[in-house]
Amino acid sequence: MFQTREDGNLVIIDSSGRIGGFVSELFARRELLFILIWRDIKVRYKQTVFGVLWALLIPLLQTLIFTVIFGRLAKIKPDGPYSYSVFTLAGLIPWTFFSQALTLGGQSLINQQHLLTKIYFPRVFVPAGAVGSCFVDFMVGLLMYAVVLTFSRIVPPLGVVFLPVLIILMIVATLGVTLLLAALTVTYRDFKYIIPFGVQVLMYASPIVYPSSLVPDKYRWLFGLNPMAGIIDGFRSAILGKPWDMELIAISSASAVFIFAVGVRYFRNTERRFADIA
Amino acid sequence: MDMAKAIIKAQGIGKVYTLGQSDVSQVNFRESIRRAFAAPFRRLRELGGARIAAQEFWALKNISFRVDEGEVVGLIGRNGAGKSTLLKVLARITEPTEGRVELRGRVGALLEVGTGFHPELTGRENIFLNGAILGMKRAEIIREFDRIVDFAQIGRFLDTPVKRYSSGMYVRLAFAVAAHLEPEILIVDEVLAVGDAEFQRKCLGRMDELRSKAGRTIFLVSHNLEMIEALCTRCILLHEGRIVFDGSTGEALEKYRAYGGRAGEIFITATTRMQWQGIGNREDLRDVPGDRDLNFDLTFSVGDRDLDGVHIDVELVDAKGTSVTHSKSRFLRSGGFGVKAHSAITFRYTIRSPMLAPGPYYLIVYAYDPRGVLAWIEHIDACTISARSYFPAVDFIDEIKGTTVPHFHVELL
Repeated sequence: MFQTREDGNLVIIDSSGRIGGFVSELFARRELLFILIWRDIKVRYKQTVFGVLWALLIPLLQTLIFTVIFGRLAKIKPDGPYSYSVFTLAGLIPWTFFSQALTLGGQSLINQQHLLTKIYFPRVFVPAGAVGSCFVDFMVGLLMYAVVLTFSRIVPPLGVVFLPVLIILMIVATLGVTLLLAALTVTYRDFKYIIPFGVQVLMYASPIVYPSSLVPDKYRWLFGLNPMAGIIDGFRSAILGKPWDMELIAISSASAVFIFAVGVRYFRNTERRFADIA
Repeated sequence: MDMAKAIIKAQGIGKVYTLGQSDVSQVNFRESIRRAFAAPFRRLRELGGARIAAQEFWALKNISFRVDEGEVVGLIGRNGAGKSTLLKVLARITEPTEGRVELRGRVGALLEVGTGFHPELTGRENIFLNGAILGMKRAEIIREFDRIVDFAQIGRFLDTPVKRYSSGMYVRLAFAVAAHLEPEILIVDEVLAVGDAEFQRKCLGRMDELRSKAGRTIFLVSHNLEMIEALCTRCILLHEGRIVFDGSTGEALEKYRAYGGRAGEIFITATTRMQWQGIGNREDLRDVPGDRDLNFDLTFSVGDRDLDGVHIDVELVDAKGTSVTHSKSRFLRSGGFGVKAHSAITFRYTIRSPMLAPGPYYLIVYAYDPRGVLAWIEHIDACTISARSYFPAVDFIDEIKGTTVPHFHVELL
């Protein structure tokens, strides 16, 4: 196994396996991560008329569609004293982050092969940069949601102080899945086709258009294995005051941490081969 | 006593690549469809642990050396000798299969100019992006910013997206950023081959400065032997993945020429019926003005049988591998040439002033007779077209796009 270690000034490339210095290296090169995030955002909205407004328009339009189809036609009831639009948008904001990050991050390595074969830097930064740029969109979306709530005269409960915890969980889950998918896509291009389909499936497996209370009790643990299920449910509790479903959140949190560990591990184990495969 | 500090210490580096068992030339359409359907099953079997018999290829084998502080080491060898692979191992881009390297200090690798440049971003933005990718800190980039802009001479285009830059401007900016990287170890691949003569001089000056003033260690790959001679105190000669010589530049270059390295030719097909000997008049083909006719004397030795109906195709390609001209002898004479066994033959291939843009050019030579391929050689170092101008108003032809510079005329009507 091949590992490099940075020990102060000394870099060791050893084919016989030596681990360490990974986190400190990430810290030392953190500026690169920020500049990659900045590049992704800058490039994404270059030559668009609406620019970052797209980060608002898409969830808003989706909300409109979902409200008509699932709220009006299918008559799905929200899980509290608020309108269906407010209900579904609370789910769409974290979901948009998750799905965008997966889609962009999953392809990020193969879209930037030229970087992998020409220069060394912590490879994690490529998918992490894509996730980071989606996070900026997420924050813009969250601010917009605050405006929507103000107009709807909804005051978040005290539990809103736990929102940052949920956001961290959301990042952990997203980063884990994205690292895993990005690394898999380098070796198995099949994932180019799997990811968009998987995202669609997961969307219906998450409580976005329907409340989590609709899921029968005996399947709730299975439902919770999708980390976004608990996180989205938690968002509604923190922002809209729906009663907390701690069991669901606990399962999803455990799942998020597990996926993160698997994602980082798989990525670390395969990144040494990226330049040869890409 | 040796008091110098070892900056790079490589011990027994080896790198193996696994080649697919399929031969590209054997693939036809039906076969590729069959494979496309078979592929999922093959991949699944691989996943299940079944190893498909594949060829192993050692790109590097048992490479050990040590480089001391302030040394400028040239890495030379023919195409495929393993130079790029070694650089990639040192630059931590690819893993060695065996062995160990110790690098003392920050490594800056320039395997390409402008790595990570984004066409949509402006020059200013790309300086920060590229600098960060190369390993510079933001504060360093800010400190060097004016010098970078000055070095690149892009002045008023600083806030223009680089996709609108001429290729010359692009390269200058990219190199300017890289030139202001100040790592303890600088690893440079063939990147200096780009840009006009004036700019190349500037880059060389900068490398010399890094070495002499800052005492940096430089590891350099180039096909430009003059540059190797001018910059390097020591050379490592690679041949088929192994170090065959490590010592003074003069001696290394001599050995390199002995290994037939000068041309860097790649034999795609070699047969005993006719063997490639080389270009006879290569020395006349250095620094040729672009408006002059080109003569290539292509020499072969014939095997132990007479050949009849021999045809030769000659393709001229530029440094990027783009085909510039393609000429087939059967356009001129349908019957081909007849040649005698055991003779040395020379085809004089003349091409009337192709008006090429300045730079190095290579030949692909393909000889065949009715029975099939006789010889197929690529990347034959053919000629370099000088940048000296044959136009009235400029001394040098630089910053042009395209691979040819036609005689042209402009008038105001």
